[in-house]
Amino acid sequence: MSTIQNLNAFDPFADTGDSEAQPTNYIHIRIQQRNGRKTLTTVQGVPNEYDLKKILKVLKKDFACNGNIVKDEELGEVIQLQGDQRVKVSEFLTTQLQLPKKNIKIHGF
Amino acid sequence: MSDLGFDPSLKKKKKVKKAEDGSESPAPEVVDEMFANLKKKKKSTKKAEEDFEKSASPVGDDLSSSLGDLTLKKKKKKAVKTVDTSEFEQQLEEAGVEEPASEAVTSDGQDIGFSYEQLLSRFFDILKTNNPELAGDRSGPKFRIPPPVCQREGSKKTLFANVQEIATVLQRNPEHLIQFLFAELGTSGSIDGEKRLVLKGKFQPKQMESVLRRYIIEYVTCKTCKSMNTELKRESANRLHFLSCKACGSTRSVSSIKTGFQAQIGRRKRA
Ligand SMILES: [Zn+2]
Repeated sequence: MSTIQNLNAFDPFADTGDSEAQPTNYIHIRIQQRNGRKTLTTVQGVPNEYDLKKILKVLKKDFACNGNIVKDEELGEVIQLQGDQRVKVSEFLTTQLQLPKKNIKIHGF
Repeated sequence: MSDLGFDPSLKKKKKVKKAEDGSESPAPEVVDEMFANLKKKKKSTKKAEEDFEKSASPVGDDLSSSLGDLTLKKKKKKAVKTVDTSEFEQQLEEAGVEEPASEAVTSDGQDIGFSYEQLLSRFFDILKTNNPELAGDRSGPKFRIPPPVCQREGSKKTLFANVQEIATVLQRNPEHLIQFLFAELGTSGSIDGEKRLVLKGKFQPKQMESVLRRYIIEYVTCKTCKSMNTELKRESANRLHFLSCKACGSTRSVSSIKTGFQAQIGRRKRA
């Protein structure tokens, strides 16, 4: 055993950290096209401990767009924002709310 | 032994490419290669060739002529032997290439010589020109994904003409791909008489491509060996989708396509 030096320091079967186990509580940021070149951004799955109303207020002011909160029976409360705010929203969630980036999924093109 | 020889240079090439186009994330890189018919790959190989030329030039003509011999020999052999044995032949010949090189250098009286990296990259250049499959070139005809063809259909719809073709190249059920497109683009659509996809909303080919890229990463490429030669199966026991690789045999589960929240757009109907 002791002749194999490698195995003493390094366990090849140890968890590497980049496990495939995906967090189930993703935050989904989606975009939908409306009429013309207008779009709508939806943010689904923001954890319950955050006050959506307050977040919405900040987002509306920061992005200079209108928005509202829609209650969905299955998916909970969803923030809707006018225009394509996907990148900005994800930036906000990671920097202001300290949410891990791997939990945020941006959809769309 | 051969595996050890293969790996570093592949890695190295990727690094070179990264530096060139300054690409953002490591994951889509593979897919970049898949879309190689667009532009990038050619550039990088050309550059590699140039490097190779440079490295070869100080040695002189006799070497290049011997190289020429080599390629001729290879072609003959290739015609006769099967692929498996020819790989071994290539390796033997790689060893053969090293000899005249070192000779030439020592006759010059310089001890710079060829570095291992140089020799390796030269080997791969030769291998690539003769047997691209063995050099791990995945941009062969089998994995070449045609660029998405999008046309405007009226002012509000987009015609995605070659969904079927792309789905067949990816070895996926077109329904699955279309379902993904709908979910990802937050829209709906239909298939017309010529099996083309009509999507609601305006989408550029470029946008389509980025969505396709994501589809390929999630539902086509094998995470273990990065091969696109995979199969998507639905396990009836647990109703999960599994991606099994035909190249290395590894299996992983993939998440089902979820549309998620869809905002009410247009005229809202009050219940
Ligand atoms: Zn594989």
